[in-house]
Amino acid sequence: MAAPPLQLHTPASIGPASGPGDIKSRPAWSPYDDNGGTCVAVAGSDYCIVAASTRLSTGFSILTRDCSKLFQISEQVYIASAGFQADIRALQKMLQTRNVMYQHIHRKPMSASALAQLLGNNLYYKRFFPYFTWNLCVGLDPEGKGSVYTYDPVGSFERVGYSCQGSGKDLIQPVLDNQLKAASPLVLPSENWMTALPLEQAQDLVRDAFVSAGERDIYTGDCVEILTITTGGVHRETLDLKKD
Amino acid sequence: MFAKAPSHSTALGPGCAGPPLANPQQLSSAQASAHERGSHQPSCGAAPFAVDASMLRSTGSQPHKHTQSPYVTGSSVLAITYAGGVMLASDTLASYGSTKRYKSVQRLVKVNDSTVLGAGGEISDLQFILNMLDDLKTEDYCADDGQSLSSQELYSYLSRVMYNRRNKMDPLWNSLIIAGLEGGKPFLGSVNMIGVAFSDDHLATGFGNHLARPLFRKRHRPDMSEEEATALIREALEVCYYRDKQSINKFQIAKVTASEGVSISEPFALPTKWEYKAFVDPTRNAVGVW
Repeated sequence: MAAPPLQLHTPASIGPASGPGDIKSRPAWSPYDDNGGTCVAVAGSDYCIVAASTRLSTGFSILTRDCSKLFQISEQVYIASAGFQADIRALQKMLQTRNVMYQHIHRKPMSASALAQLLGNNLYYKRFFPYFTWNLCVGLDPEGKGSVYTYDPVGSFERVGYSCQGSGKDLIQPVLDNQLKAASPLVLPSENWMTALPLEQAQDLVRDAFVSAGERDIYTGDCVEILTITTGGVHRETLDLKKD
Repeated sequence: MFAKAPSHSTALGPGCAGPPLANPQQLSSAQASAHERGSHQPSCGAAPFAVDASMLRSTGSQPHKHTQSPYVTGSSVLAITYAGGVMLASDTLASYGSTKRYKSVQRLVKVNDSTVLGAGGEISDLQFILNMLDDLKTEDYCADDGQSLSSQELYSYLSRVMYNRRNKMDPLWNSLIIAGLEGGKPFLGSVNMIGVAFSDDHLATGFGNHLARPLFRKRHRPDMSEEEATALIREALEVCYYRDKQSINKFQIAKVTASEGVSISEPFALPTKWEYKAFVDPTRNAVGVW
């Protein structure tokens, strides 16, 4: 094949790289990164469990082994987020600001359902430059039942009985489906979609899920924070995972 | 290279050319068209040589991208906490690609009496950041209330600045480590150019994350003495120097302690040993390669 005619800096050869032969073939800078991490939440009839791993990674490197992915909004309402950590921090900061405004206006703490809608709106607000975050909104509903809302990065959300987000999702979600399988809260006539598992068994399931995901997912490890939310308060425990 | 009508007047004083009073001449039509935006055609009709206007126009609707790659860069910064203080280290090189362009650039900077900033990445962006921090310091000074920003506050501030510029697709191309004492306790924070920010007992940017942090993970304790911390950080610097091509043997170590405040050492060189068997014969244990 004949060599293409030599071209110096003509307008066509400037501008964004279009192929390997181009002058600038360096990969473009990206405003995003994936820092990994896994979040799990399980709603019971009188409790709600939310858990997240604490490893922060980039590529094949570990940035820190101790970076919490849980964020408290009000006494019994939490957000768990995996994905791009800078966006997670920005989102948390935004939600905290909106939470303070909400309390000034309404003179009461935000409920899980209010936060669920707010989070969905804030994610969709950035629809065309999205927060690269995978979120769970977790808390107790007014009847004291566990509530879990699961999101995609651009704000679609749904109330579910349990959910998993982040890098270990593919490993954990099928296990939760198997152990906690339940109808959607939207089916009619309505069926009980909340897990019937007693609290201790649900906690064990969450621990097992993280230990197992830590075996196979390089972005899940180091430690997992597990919060159990009941009307009596919030209980926090940490469980060490493998550091490899 | 614009052709301009003379705008100064001999009335201004000796040495000035032009009409006797402030009465600028009208531009000729050729000169006027040369002033069209984006056009750099000399009015004499010669070929343009400074900037090719068509090249400017070719990026017309696209944003400029020259800020999305670094030019003059610094390499790793290492940092650890120890009993009663924090310690940072880096070399003093600013590279231009693979050229060792500036060999005495201080990349550890005292921000205030309890905080040091260490930076890798684009040096001009670092200087811009330092200008911003100077402005903050001026505000603190003007308030004259004896307060200054804490390490944690500076870390928060810088993480927002970096994230904000990332949102504008115009990043500050740096990895920063903010080190200091927060309420008397050692604090280390790291921020990178897309706004990922975290805090830990030991930190390293760039190559240091691959080479120095495994050493830190093995050897670091929060209750280390200053001597132990110095020994660890010198060893980590040596390891980075052996394997990081963009580094030189001219280092500085910065400390922040409650008793002595911020101190940044004079540049020094480390003793090196290149006779290790793996350096002399790198393929000794890999039979069949050359």
